[in-house]
Amino acid sequence: MTVILNEGDSAGTTGAASGSPVDAAPDPGKAMTRGRLVLIRFARNKLALVGLAIIVGMYLMAFVGPLLSKWTYDQQDYSAFLEPPYADHIFGTDKIGTDMFALTMRGLQKSLIIGLLVALISTTVAAIVGAAAGYFLGVADKTLMWVVDLLLVLPSFLIIAILSPWFRGKSWFLLVLMLAAFQWMITARIVRGMTLTLKEREFVKAAKFMGQPARKIIAKHIVPNMASLLIIDATINVGSAVLAETGLSYFGFGVQSPDVSLGTLIGGNAESATTFPWLFLFPAGFLVVFVLAVNWVGDGLRDALDPTSTRVRRKEKKNTKEKAA
Amino acid sequence: MTTSELQFDTPSDRVVEGPVLQVEDLHVSFPSEAGRVQAVRGLSYSVSPGEVLGIVGESGSGKSVSSLAVMGLLPSSARITGSIRFQGRELIGQSDTELSKIRGRRISMVFQDPLSALTPVYTVGDQIAEAILIHKRGSVSKAAAAKRAVELLDLVGIPNAAERAKAFPHEFSGGMRQRAVIAMAIANDPDLIIADEPTTALDVTVQAQVLQLLETAQEVTGAGIVIITHDLGVVAGFADRLMVMYAGRAVETGLVDDIYQQPRMPYTLGLLGSIPRLDVSEKQALVPIKGQPPSLTDLPPGCPFAPRCPMVVDACHTAEPPLFDVDGSAEHRAACIRTNEIAATDAEGAEAAVEIFGAEVADDPEVAKIPREQRETVLELDHLVKEYAVNKGVVFKRRVGTVHAVAGISFDIREGETLGLVGESGCGKTTTLMEILNLQKPMSGEISVLGTKSSEVDGKRRFAIRRDMSVVFQDPMASLDPRLTIHDCIAEPMQVHGYSKSEINRRVPELMRLVGLRPEQLSRYPGEFSGGQRQRIGIARALALEPKLVVLDEPVSALDVSIQAGVINLLEELKAKLGLAYLFVAHDLSVVRHIADRVAVMYLGKIIEIGEVDSVFEQPRHPYTQALLSAIPIPDPVKERQRERIILTGDLPSPANPPSGCRFRTRCFLHASLPPEKQRTCIEVEPPREVQAPDHEAACHFAQVREVL
Repeated sequence: MTVILNEGDSAGTTGAASGSPVDAAPDPGKAMTRGRLVLIRFARNKLALVGLAIIVGMYLMAFVGPLLSKWTYDQQDYSAFLEPPYADHIFGTDKIGTDMFALTMRGLQKSLIIGLLVALISTTVAAIVGAAAGYFLGVADKTLMWVVDLLLVLPSFLIIAILSPWFRGKSWFLLVLMLAAFQWMITARIVRGMTLTLKEREFVKAAKFMGQPARKIIAKHIVPNMASLLIIDATINVGSAVLAETGLSYFGFGVQSPDVSLGTLIGGNAESATTFPWLFLFPAGFLVVFVLAVNWVGDGLRDALDPTSTRVRRKEKKNTKEKAA
Repeated sequence: MTTSELQFDTPSDRVVEGPVLQVEDLHVSFPSEAGRVQAVRGLSYSVSPGEVLGIVGESGSGKSVSSLAVMGLLPSSARITGSIRFQGRELIGQSDTELSKIRGRRISMVFQDPLSALTPVYTVGDQIAEAILIHKRGSVSKAAAAKRAVELLDLVGIPNAAERAKAFPHEFSGGMRQRAVIAMAIANDPDLIIADEPTTALDVTVQAQVLQLLETAQEVTGAGIVIITHDLGVVAGFADRLMVMYAGRAVETGLVDDIYQQPRMPYTLGLLGSIPRLDVSEKQALVPIKGQPPSLTDLPPGCPFAPRCPMVVDACHTAEPPLFDVDGSAEHRAACIRTNEIAATDAEGAEAAVEIFGAEVADDPEVAKIPREQRETVLELDHLVKEYAVNKGVVFKRRVGTVHAVAGISFDIREGETLGLVGESGCGKTTTLMEILNLQKPMSGEISVLGTKSSEVDGKRRFAIRRDMSVVFQDPMASLDPRLTIHDCIAEPMQVHGYSKSEINRRVPELMRLVGLRPEQLSRYPGEFSGGQRQRIGIARALALEPKLVVLDEPVSALDVSIQAGVINLLEELKAKLGLAYLFVAHDLSVVRHIADRVAVMYLGKIIEIGEVDSVFEQPRHPYTQALLSAIPIPDPVKERQRERIILTGDLPSPANPPSGCRFRTRCFLHASLPPEKQRTCIEVEPPREVQAPDHEAACHFAQVREVL
């Protein structure tokens, strides 16, 4: 990301003039709350909006698409094996005649949910556990960090593999929980460290001395000041959750056939990438576009939350200039 | 201080005639995203051997950049033009290797932060020896260099130098580290010493020691000294000549006495008028310089100070004035087209500033008219004690000692009153403050806020007390959450205490106006404001709940002098308007004298003198107060040179192991001068706080008045 300093932002170091209308408030006279301001700043970022549109579009496609198609993922067309895309099967078919569109959509459903949920859950848990441990210290810190260390030394893959027969047939949500349970520890440790330094900052003390309860201090001051880290962590987690699920599924754990996920599709069809590219390209393409869109949204969110980021504002300035011209 | 057998060539041995350093038409610019920053724009000055030149200016005026240019320490992206001649030799354009032969050998530098100027992984002795070995490799053996390092440490007044040379920097206190840095600077007998804010990071008592040491250093080496500072007080007694910088240029130069008595540039006037004076008892009006220093990327034509100048006329905007000779003397020059008119005003120095800038003294609050005894007590401390355990061991923690951070202090603050709490760092001021703000049951003693004892309150009551007590912190950068808009920052205390949304929306703009900011700026983030403005926001937040008591933790020490004056004026005005009581913690006694009604002096966790501010400052009874007061520089070169200085030896003893009897006796000059039988009293009996005069108590067995101002 480029950091462009304009007069307003250098105020901290050089003490720029107070009167310079750097960021003309959209609605002067009425002050805005953080939520609205973040929303406005987010909306100014085109790429983030595109990313958001893609994610929403993918959800719609994954859940509505199969209803419009005449094929389902567990149905075979015995008249078409390994056919490249054509009018009847728009994504082609695989070697046993299953419609690739139906399969990809089914896989997309699974991966979208698993990826986003795992990322959300693991980052949230990391933020809460890390911030609580760092803020309260003492017994809370000792216990929580003990749990973190314990989970870090456990071989997660093995445990999920062992447990998977038990949750076979049960809700897919259990798989999400399992994946999330093994992804938050390192972030939690980083968050704890950052909390320790943030806690000494005077604005946290000021909040404490005005009577703000601890949980609100964590929610209002500590976690937002780590937003950049958490958002980056969450976007990375989306990708790694999908990959983790892919890995598990490849070894026969996780999502089980005949059900599919993007992971199983990519894993199973990787060797056909050059010979029958449609088997591989469609699921892989969706995965790439999905992770990319999540990253764009993450970037946009981070910029919107970070007051020192100038990208948003600079764009707006340019726009107003253009309009004036 | 021993001069030992150190070999320094005497000043008369100098081979080179003329000035040591001559800077002519120096320009320095840096690239930035917003365009080139013209940090220094046409600076000329010279330093003669044995002369002390003071360079004064606000942060961002280019004073440090110009001296870094002399040292050749600027980043390669800087564009430097002009001429820097050191003993007749041009330095600009020399390679780094060439410069390295001069740096440290002929020119040396003392930096602001002694903590980062020393490498933490080598012993102090090794680092000084290294400075010698680098330049005299071959001619000096390692053992000789180590021996000389010890001698140098001894010269700069580090007790037990041979032992201390083996210590690591973290085992030294701030003052000792700065001494070590000075030892390193004079190790090679330089011809020029550049000191960049050498005392800013230090306590006042240590500041006095370091200034005296620099004087000694100058005497033994005969070097020219360039001392850079933002504090006009520091250089008043030390410098021979002065150069005031603004926006990358010198705006006034001259002999120290001339500048302090007849400043001829409105900026210098403003700087002089903005300093609270220790030696003025009646309420003196402080001159705030409005606005901010200009951005150095693209300056408009005309005088750069014009937007902030009270004397601005149309002609000021046409061209930037060069340095004119004033008062017919070639020594004193000022860059202002209206110098003659300033000369025409009768008043001198700071009074002229008050006249020209039109500063006013805030009225006393209404409650101040009621006698003190009849006013409500807002805060009362009764023998408050706070101790920390010192633990050792990783698995099994053993208690090996106790730090007596606060050892039984008592004071009270009445409605509409300001109590200044002063003392060196490490004396327990901050601990006291945190104890008051935490509102927990103290280890021993009692804290009462508005009559409610903190040991008897439950969570609910404590929450209610928080409404009447708020805090303003020292660092305006850290005290506001960078992720919250100003509106949310100020609204937070009201949200916590359950104000309705409409009430908050009504009150926040009101508070902004109260502290002198525009409500239109409410949806901005703290990062977009300058230090002074942020401190105002901090004050607005503290006032949100209409408290009775505001605790101020060094609220102006992080600000530039000109900005500081504005904040002090605001605090006084608010006190008068809202009838607030302040607990004002500071290490700057001149600010305390200006703002406080009563003052309490702390030493090693005890209050050693407390009383009405004029009484304590004019007739200090305790030797420590006397030493503290005499260490504060007065921005008046004539007075400053005549003053008697009490220099305290050494540093604050460790609060884990305070001296027996009177805690101050180890550094006390009075104790040292007493006959042995009286000294015994000091060692054995802890002096109680006794009434010395109306509303004036001191804790000394042999208290006597000594005027030090």
